[in-house]
Amino acid sequence: MIRTKLLTRRFGPLTAVDRLDLEVSEGEIFGLVGPDGAGKTTTLRMLAGLIDPTEGEAIVAGFDVARHSEKVRDRIGYMAQRFGLYGDLTVEENMRFYADLFGTPAEEAARLMPELLRMTRMGPFRGRLARALSGGMKQKLALMCALLNRPSLLLLDEPTSGVDPLSRRDFWAILEELVSSGVTVLLTTAYLDEAERCHRVGLLYRGRLIRCAPPAELKREFVERGLAVRRVGARQPVRPERPSLEDVFIALVQEELGQQP
Amino acid sequence: MSRRRTLAVARKEFLHILRDPRSLAMALAIPVLLLLLFGVALTLDVDRIPTLIYDADGSPQSRELIARFDGSRFFEVTGHTRRYGEIEPRIDAGRALLAVVIPPDFSSDLLAGRRPRLQLLVDGSDSNTASIALNYAVALLAQYELDVRAEAQNRRVGRILRPPVEARLRVWYNSELKSKNYVVPGLIAVILMIIAALLASLTIAREWETGTMEQLLATPLRPAEIIIGKMLAYFSIGVADTVTAILVGVFVFAVPFRGSAVAAGAACILFLTGALFWGILISAVARSQLLAYQIGMITSFLPAFLLSGFVFAIETMPRPIQLVTYLVPARYFITILKGVFLKGVGLGILAGDFALLAAYAALVFLVATRKLRQKVA
Amino acid sequence: MSRPPAAVVVDKLVKRFGDFVAVGGISCTVERGEIFGFLGPNGAGKSTTIRMLCGLLRPSAGAAWVAGFDVAGEPEQVRRHIGYMSQRFSLYDDLTVEENIDFFGGIYGVEAERLRRRKEYVLALADLGARRGTLTRLLPGGFKQRLALGCAVLHEPPILFLDEPTSGVDPIARRAFWDLIYELAAGGQTVLVTTHYMQEAEYCHRVALMYQGRFIALGPPAELERERGLDTLEEVFVTAIEAEEAAGR
Repeated sequence: MIRTKLLTRRFGPLTAVDRLDLEVSEGEIFGLVGPDGAGKTTTLRMLAGLIDPTEGEAIVAGFDVARHSEKVRDRIGYMAQRFGLYGDLTVEENMRFYADLFGTPAEEAARLMPELLRMTRMGPFRGRLARALSGGMKQKLALMCALLNRPSLLLLDEPTSGVDPLSRRDFWAILEELVSSGVTVLLTTAYLDEAERCHRVGLLYRGRLIRCAPPAELKREFVERGLAVRRVGARQPVRPERPSLEDVFIALVQEELGQQP
Repeated sequence: MSRRRTLAVARKEFLHILRDPRSLAMALAIPVLLLLLFGVALTLDVDRIPTLIYDADGSPQSRELIARFDGSRFFEVTGHTRRYGEIEPRIDAGRALLAVVIPPDFSSDLLAGRRPRLQLLVDGSDSNTASIALNYAVALLAQYELDVRAEAQNRRVGRILRPPVEARLRVWYNSELKSKNYVVPGLIAVILMIIAALLASLTIAREWETGTMEQLLATPLRPAEIIIGKMLAYFSIGVADTVTAILVGVFVFAVPFRGSAVAAGAACILFLTGALFWGILISAVARSQLLAYQIGMITSFLPAFLLSGFVFAIETMPRPIQLVTYLVPARYFITILKGVFLKGVGLGILAGDFALLAAYAALVFLVATRKLRQKVA
Repeated sequence: MSRPPAAVVVDKLVKRFGDFVAVGGISCTVERGEIFGFLGPNGAGKSTTIRMLCGLLRPSAGAAWVAGFDVAGEPEQVRRHIGYMSQRFSLYDDLTVEENIDFFGGIYGVEAERLRRRKEYVLALADLGARRGTLTRLLPGGFKQRLALGCAVLHEPPILFLDEPTSGVDPIARRAFWDLIYELAAGGQTVLVTTHYMQEAEYCHRVALMYQGRFIALGPPAELERERGLDTLEEVFVTAIEAEEAAGR
């Protein structure tokens, strides 16, 4: 579904994304994980055709993003970090607007909209202005708008940032339902605990992909190689038997930088 | 271009306008307010000039002259003084704009056939008004001199002689020489330009600021569709403003409307379209609402006000600035409006101006489509 | 009423904005040297609570004492005894590290002699000794964050408020930042911190889970988990929200 080769983006002297090789297969939930400034958003925007790569190439849904960005856009659902909703429009008005932009046929939209509202349990709020929604509901609305394009690939930029844990759980349930119906999901997150739910994660640090594997495999590597990490407030590094993904991430980044734990 | 997507943008933009009643009220009230304010304050007519009289002669001839000043609609005798030294403080205090000093030998000189000397003192702090006042006064005195001579001659000859040549002035098109008649059409242009710049220049910048632009770029929406969709929504407000402005002009200020409504409507539509595209172009380039607002004010309001021939006649401008005025669409629009309002001329004579307005709108639209970026960075 | 001995006492504190109840009657006591966390999603009322406690917002009802001063009646005194660092690190980007420290020293009224001493302390704390002349704009995120913290403690406030201090810094810098907070707390400073990172909340001595303006659970993270037989604070949070909504219905 996605294949990038040496994908690179520079902004002046800063290399935001550095020779990224990434492969995401159909029906997968892939998490691009890393701190702010690691290059997650830039990568996602390149995959959505919103930024041109400086070097390298990316094939998304069968098309080269640099040459056929409009073909790519027709096939993906993209959800920007700030959700891109109109606060002074209602839930329904926002949805109708995006359905028009995507050119969703009228009968199709008439079938799809109630179905999405039911799936997200947003039906009772269809007449509410978007700015009066809670964080979790805004996130669901943004997802519904992206789904109106009937995409085969969803690109979600930090979809659960600042959202309450209950809504986050709901959101993941919806994602899993979508994936079971054949949609591929690539999302970015700064929460390492959340990344554990992805089928595979790519650890991104300062523009470079330092690991790409299922979370369980990364943890196994941590334990098998006897990597150590220092916990907050402690003087000595520890070798936990059940490391968190954050432990793994920190140990791997420190290894990359040649630092002591 | 997809009709559906364009209309989707227009409908959405229209909802934004309706959901923000305060801005909508402002957009509709500002034109009326500006028109009333400028229409009253910007009257360039000079009349009822407060005049002070120092009559050292006190003869029937000097009183006749004073009566002529008093009788003219341009002057109003607001005071008499017996002391020459009092004139200056009174002018300084703003109680008189003009002082007429009649010397003691005025009537004797006049009766003896010598040219009497008369002093006119004028407050030159507003040079425009001062020169108009002086012109009126000189014209009044010339007429007076002519009449006195004719009368003296008549008395000598014993029969009535008319002055050999009599000039009769007739002003066409604005026969009352009322400045409001050309202020109002000019104001309509300025107001439409302000509204277009204010409203339209914010619209895309706002979408960049709230992050919705990024989301739009990830859809099949094309730049031309965004621009035309947004233009359509603001166009409705512009039309409402234009109609109000014309109604206020015709009914409140009694500006004559001699020409065809079709010609006026066509001109307004063309000008409004161009002005809105201009606002959207600014918005596409600026990316922040504050910057868009500032560029909008500088590039639309000021030229429409200063370089359109509205306040300052283009013929009296230095040559390089005259050339710049060709780039100001308000120039052509004002020409058309004045033609339609005051002269009642039709499309035929104004075709060139119409063509230029249309060309402007088309050009700005093309530039805006190219400048509206399709990428986030 | 006599001045309470605890660092912070909050008693049925309420903040309403029009019809909207941002904070709906919360109560807690924070002891000296404690690291106390407010954990919750955006819009739960964390920042509003912190702002009331700093004397920046007037409570609609209830009362709170910070360092023994009433936040509604003596906001000036409160502000003199606290350090505040907001999520946006209110540093001046176009000033150097040292100029920022001098500026904040000036507005907190730190005398020249003491400021010289404190400046060295802050530079060491933030590991910025070698970069004192660098423009703040050019600092990496983690350093900026530590400089902001340093500027907030220049006047040695007994109580420190941190509003989402680690948003936007990487996990390594985040752990280093928490080491600093532990150091300050060990020195007797009280720290109140807001966050929406569950993992970060685990570092606090005690944490209040905030949801729709109320505390839905309060206690040491490990205890909250053990009591309910759960593994993570996230699970605790979800269970507490569900219990809350069930009770509401």
